[in-house]
Amino acid sequence: MPMDEITLDHGHDSHDHKPGFFTRWFLSTNHKDIGTLYLVFALIAGIVGYTLSGLIRWELAQPGIGPLTSIMEMFGAQAGDDAIERAKQFYNVIITYHGLIMIFFMVMPALIGGFGNWFVPLMIGAPDMAFPRMNNISFWLTVAAFALLLLSMFVPGGAGGNGFGGGWVLYPPLSSLKGHPGPAMDLLILSLHTAGIASILGAINFIVTILNMRAPGMTMHKMPLFAWSMLVTAVLLLLALPVLAGALTMLLTDRNFGSQFFDASGGGDPVMFQHLFWFFGHPEVYIMILPAFGIISHIVATFSRKPVFGYLGMAYAMVAIGAIGFIVWAHHMYTVGMPSDMKAYFVAATMVIAVPTGIKIFSWIATMWGGSIDFSVPMVWAIGFIFLFTVGGVTGVVLANAGIDHALHDTYYVVAHFHYVLSLGAVFGLFAGWYYWFEKMFGVKYNNVMAYGHFWLMFIGSNILFFPQHFLGLNGMPRRYVDYADGFAPWHMWSSIGYAVTLVGTLLFFVLLIEAALRRRKAEANPWGEGATTLEWTLPSPPPFHQFNELPVVKAEGGH
Amino acid sequence: MAEDVKHDYHLVNPSSWPLFGAMAVTVLAIGGVIYMKGLFGLPEGFPWVAVAGLAMVLWVMMGWWTQVVREGRTGDHTPVVEIGLKYGMILFIASEVMFFGAWFWSFFEFAIFFDARTGPTFDSTNPIYAEGLARFAEWPPVGVTTFDAFHLPLMNTLILLLSGTTVTAAHHALQHNNLSNAKLMLVLTIVLGACFTGLQVLEYSEAQFSYDGTVYGSAFFMATGFHGAHVVIGTIFLTVCLLRIMAGNMTAQKHLGFEFAAWYWHFVDVVWLFLFAFVYVIPQLVLGH
Repeated sequence: MPMDEITLDHGHDSHDHKPGFFTRWFLSTNHKDIGTLYLVFALIAGIVGYTLSGLIRWELAQPGIGPLTSIMEMFGAQAGDDAIERAKQFYNVIITYHGLIMIFFMVMPALIGGFGNWFVPLMIGAPDMAFPRMNNISFWLTVAAFALLLLSMFVPGGAGGNGFGGGWVLYPPLSSLKGHPGPAMDLLILSLHTAGIASILGAINFIVTILNMRAPGMTMHKMPLFAWSMLVTAVLLLLALPVLAGALTMLLTDRNFGSQFFDASGGGDPVMFQHLFWFFGHPEVYIMILPAFGIISHIVATFSRKPVFGYLGMAYAMVAIGAIGFIVWAHHMYTVGMPSDMKAYFVAATMVIAVPTGIKIFSWIATMWGGSIDFSVPMVWAIGFIFLFTVGGVTGVVLANAGIDHALHDTYYVVAHFHYVLSLGAVFGLFAGWYYWFEKMFGVKYNNVMAYGHFWLMFIGSNILFFPQHFLGLNGMPRRYVDYADGFAPWHMWSSIGYAVTLVGTLLFFVLLIEAALRRRKAEANPWGEGATTLEWTLPSPPPFHQFNELPVVKAEGGH
Repeated sequence: MAEDVKHDYHLVNPSSWPLFGAMAVTVLAIGGVIYMKGLFGLPEGFPWVAVAGLAMVLWVMMGWWTQVVREGRTGDHTPVVEIGLKYGMILFIASEVMFFGAWFWSFFEFAIFFDARTGPTFDSTNPIYAEGLARFAEWPPVGVTTFDAFHLPLMNTLILLLSGTTVTAAHHALQHNNLSNAKLMLVLTIVLGACFTGLQVLEYSEAQFSYDGTVYGSAFFMATGFHGAHVVIGTIFLTVCLLRIMAGNMTAQKHLGFEFAAWYWHFVDVVWLFLFAFVYVIPQLVLGH
């Protein structure tokens, strides 16, 4: 018998009446518990994705195909050409799954599923999400998608090896039957379909929650910027993901049922896939960074003890970024042979995005200007974010130029660019949020010394890791190559050393988590003082199982 | 709601449907790959895992939505919750619009820019390209005979437009608590929907081109096929509403499920108008066949 009959009568008892373990964590309809589930899931997926990047840096530390060949020999490949050929496919598989896992199963679940679920209802004064049960299927579908993705790594793909090795962008013909005939690619397609359904349902949930469940008196123009960022993110998800679903469906029918969408021999066009993919893919990069923008705004304001500079400008800059994000997709495809006029348009449109992004950067700086700045742990992560994201943004303006991009397309310059905005942007935003809300979520304090150590190891390590990749790219090192000319060796070695530094930082992060879990220092409701003005700080840490049984009223003059 | 809860939002009890739903989707996905490629020692073409997955998905949908209906009838759907549900349905339809956007986009790309793919950059003396150039240098591709827009497709357009009016009439009758009229109009809508599906099947059976032969067939059948699937889903949705009216659980005041079915039906209708215009009529008028 399904669980129709479960009635917990929460509310009859005290606020904090929590269901039993299985019901609480597997059948949850509580936004905070689901947020925690997302964060734990993202942590696990992040370990997998980070391990894969470790394999990449291990392999690329020196020229030649070394470590991966040894791994292949360990798994039964014949020493020599067989092991080398299998190592090449394995390398391609590693970079593909590293990208997919980090995007779909680490950054998105953590920023949107984790912090979004936790703090959108708290910040807007709502007792839960609009559709708590649908919220849970978003989470479990994400888990299902991750399981399908991992499974696809271990079933036959192509080139005599397991898994799909065509890069996270899944371009045909590598993703067609000719490139990867095995079931790995089909599992991958269905995994992304599943993740897409999960995200669309989640997006609907966020939009409805934000539009319909703000506390009395909280108009849209008083809503915290993190809620604004989640609203824009959710709209992007809602409108971009179905287009990816269409493209993936075409790929699936091309592979299995004989349709000709991307097959030139049937009159189809592989470039069509790229258009559909990037119509999703470009909004997707904003989907990953906008929640971080929201988090950073709160942290910068809290620790400068000032309201954020230009609140409305900040909110509508995100709206503008989201809107323009839909009309710049082909800047990922300058080299496919498009007409010059089209390139000119996409260059211009792409450049325009720098304007609202600049508004955000300058407003953060203006918020800090003249403030009484507290360089607390979240604040140093936030300042790190602003610096690193700006570096990535500047190289983005370089790459927006079609002329330059013809030289830099698919080089390590591009790899450096998008790791600066995502690996150092989105992920630093993620850790900033983690340290900002850690006490609120878990009810315990973390060790400050370890947290600063984590920051500095990550900041220094990831700069050593990614900055040399600009030089590699400018010198012509192509992306996605398992081996390289000897001349590239020194910067690759530095890059791998940088990874090792971040590895120490990551280990320290886990020590920090264990230490906090063991010591259980009691958290305060508001550890950050007068600068922290949003509603979540009015609640105890951790908040009650159901908060706001009586809705908070936002006063007219209260600001956002 | 408990005494100390002083708001009208719906705090939903824990539920096993989401977990079952995700499991069902996993089984369906793995079953699909087994059917398409063979996996775990099961041969290609083995359908039963996928069938089991689909059955599980349908079971979850039925159970879940039955529970939603029950919650609506026991008073959980307060006015503010109803507004949220309406927003949710509108957003769902918006995402569906974008899904169809992908199919229209690819159809337009193939129809409008076919000459860019077969243009002067291709070396026509190269025998590898010769065959492709001969077939694809025009649209629709050589050998493809398209449907006459003003035959079955026009008929289907009229049927769907008519069904749009009958569903509106049913809504009107329901709002005035004229249940017998509402049922009659709803039955008419469902019959018209079934007629559309039947005629679409008839049209498919008379096609002069195949799904897998050229990109025209692929784009045509996928776009119209996904639309047809939505017509079937909409028909089922309306049938559920009919059964609910007959069971007496829709009233003049509370009939959100019906409203959503009607919205969905209008959406399906509008998609068809676009298909009719851009896939059938305009190519026929512009290209003359």
